[in-house]
Amino acid sequence: MASTRQFSVQVEVLLRDGIADPQGATIERALPALGLDGVSAVRAGKSFRFDLAATDDADAMAQATVVADRLLANPVIEESVVTVRPVDTPA
Amino acid sequence: MATRVGVVLFPGTNCEHDAVHALAGLGADAELVWHGATALGAYDALVLPGGFAHGDYLRPGAIARFSPVMESVATFAAAGGPVIGICNGFQVLTEAGLLPGALQKNRGLRFVCTTVQVRVERDDTALTDGVAPGTELAIPINHFEGNYTCDAATLAQLRDEERVVLRYVDNPNGSIDDIAGVCNAGRNVVGLMPHPERASDPLLGSVDGSVLLRALLRTAGAATPAA
Repeated sequence: MASTRQFSVQVEVLLRDGIADPQGATIERALPALGLDGVSAVRAGKSFRFDLAATDDADAMAQATVVADRLLANPVIEESVVTVRPVDTPA
Repeated sequence: MATRVGVVLFPGTNCEHDAVHALAGLGADAELVWHGATALGAYDALVLPGGFAHGDYLRPGAIARFSPVMESVATFAAAGGPVIGICNGFQVLTEAGLLPGALQKNRGLRFVCTTVQVRVERDDTALTDGVAPGTELAIPINHFEGNYTCDAATLAQLRDEERVVLRYVDNPNGSIDDIAGVCNAGRNVVGLMPHPERASDPLLGSVDGSVLLRALLRTAGAATPAA
């Protein structure tokens, strides 16, 4: 079996364009009360972080994408952005 | 022999006894089925009741989809067996891919708990067999994520194939096209946000839900294998 190393994964899940985001809209409407009138395009979502073992960057991304697409996000209403980076492990 | 209905109980389900009681009151032999069960052959119909399966963690229905029972539910449905998802059960069926679309948070982020009028659109599904289209029923809703949505192509398909089973008379949650319930292509899997079991006794203020549950039992009885 090929040797594996640890990767750190971040998955950001946001509602798809065209799906109403009432949380984002409500946050945006609250900001003028802080004196901030220039904030726009606020979107609310979820962030997930986890580690996984993979043979290389491509394998890590493939595994993380399965997690994102098949569990963390519902593709009917949500889209996900996956970021993968190797974890430096002590020798 | 009474029609046998399995009411699936996930950790966090909380409407299972209401469903069993309502079905039993209509003469069915209804019993609870733990979500770890995989043998469903004894049943003529399955009901996925309301509640918060697996705490609704991540999204309603997202974890329940992986419960052992769900593979057997899919097999049961593929064989033509009637499967009804009520509220959280509807959410589970969409997450499991047994019904199209998704239930997102209600318009305006409003939790709604009230009795609504729903209109029966089709009389040829497992939940509305023999119920005249246009019939209006008073049935409670009680949800935060009941705002039905799907992409334009799916909506067009649902309309073309006449798979919108129930519509709200006065849309309470922002659901696309006023959709309160849909069915699969085989018309044997139906999901709806309203709770028919909560409108099944005069004490509850409405017996209109019994119209749907009776239709389910008719369908289940007809679908029973002769053996």
